[in-house]
Amino acid sequence: MTIRINGTDYDPPEDARVSLLDLLRDRLQLTGTKVGCNQGACGACTVLIDGRRVLSCLTLAAQADGRKVTTIEGLGADGLHPLQAAFLEHDGLQCGYCTPGQICAAAAMLVEAEAGMPSYVTADLTAPVTLSRDEVRERMSGNLCRCGAHNGIVDAILSVAQERAA
Amino acid sequence: MTPVTYLRADSSAAAIALGAADGHRLLGGGTNLIDLMRKGVEQPAVLVDVSGLAAPITEAADGSLVIGAAARNSDVAAHPLVRARYPMLARAILAGASAQIRNMATVGGNLMQRTRCVYFADAAGSRCNKRVPGSGCDALGGFTRYHAILGASPACIATHPSDMAVALVALDARLHLAGADGVRSVALANFHQLPGDSPEVETMLAPGEMILAVELPPVQPMRSTYRKVRDRASYAFALVSVAAGIVVEDGRIADVRIAVGGVAAKPWRAARAEASLRDGPASVEAFVQAAQAELAQADPLPGNAFKVQLAERTLVAVLTDLAGGDA
Repeated sequence: MTIRINGTDYDPPEDARVSLLDLLRDRLQLTGTKVGCNQGACGACTVLIDGRRVLSCLTLAAQADGRKVTTIEGLGADGLHPLQAAFLEHDGLQCGYCTPGQICAAAAMLVEAEAGMPSYVTADLTAPVTLSRDEVRERMSGNLCRCGAHNGIVDAILSVAQERAA
Repeated sequence: MTPVTYLRADSSAAAIALGAADGHRLLGGGTNLIDLMRKGVEQPAVLVDVSGLAAPITEAADGSLVIGAAARNSDVAAHPLVRARYPMLARAILAGASAQIRNMATVGGNLMQRTRCVYFADAAGSRCNKRVPGSGCDALGGFTRYHAILGASPACIATHPSDMAVALVALDARLHLAGADGVRSVALANFHQLPGDSPEVETMLAPGEMILAVELPPVQPMRSTYRKVRDRASYAFALVSVAAGIVVEDGRIADVRIAVGGVAAKPWRAARAEASLRDGPASVEAFVQAAQAELAQADPLPGNAFKVQLAERTLVAVLTDLAGGDA
């Protein structure tokens, strides 16, 4: 089997200890995905597997065998992704280190919300989701930004959500 | 991380056969196990990945819901029947971890996850009776804000970190455990063990057994919810959490279920509070009495004594909210 990363197939590493994060960065030079805490606490390493957001630091590369991985390089392959453009427009970053993880997480989050998946702050668990600021903050709580760009991040994500709904 | 061999199980029978050997561990989403391997707390020789096993969520003829152990936490929380019938479960899952981690974590792995006691995780620098039986406990006398106030022992004061399990135990969930000799059904309430003298024994899972499914019995319609109190608004473990459901008929409590998280080595079913409330009035006074009846058993440490009052007040607040105009 192979791991399909941004449309290209790769063999999984022979050493089962290699995380998907280390495979991406150290062996494939896909350094857009960042190492933050390396223990599942910050979200900097967020990528998509089969369209769902996951933490690549806690995923063994072997677990991704036979699956499709999308990183920030894949999201931005055809020019700026709408979320990338919105992060620039709304100052959704300062140092930029958490940004690839933020954008991968946001891309999946918009799909989750459109599919009607509730969050902890959703009042009615069975109603269609309306993305308020509180909803976006809760749904993006797995991605920390130590520069404190969260207000811009929420603005950027809400602007893309509104474009997609229009 | 020590060298490890990675295998994928293509059936639960294969997983049971592969997982039974010494040094073999079942791997779900890996959100806890991979981290503990990196920290040197867990050192399996072989990982048997069960996260790809079929994980249907199906309604049985009697109205109970059976959830495959490999179901992802996020899929359970999003399931229409879970949202409609078991809102406390949907909310408990959604209160846990982050969206990324809920996408990875399996139901079976959530129940089997280890404590987040920092002394347990510090293999290089701290003594821990759970990690090395008989070695001592550096949490005692240490930073105990996140430790147990109920059911602890001099050997261990760790808490179980799951939110999902708190709602499941309030809902009388049962587990289907599969081993070489077949499948047995046990109450989740009996699954996790209090530490006593052997905190290294955390569940009643026998060697070679695995969790096959979680079964939720049918419930009568009730107002229910899950409330989590923590040090930040999201993406943090509970200081205290409460899963509760209540049925009020003519001002009296016809049915009530309460479980508390963040306070013990297991999801804590508040049986004394329930008994104090059943068939009585749905009043704030009754809720205070019930919460105090439950917390009378608490045996806190100086560093977590605040959790007794926090648990009492959270219980009262949740029950009062649920009773609404009936309180």
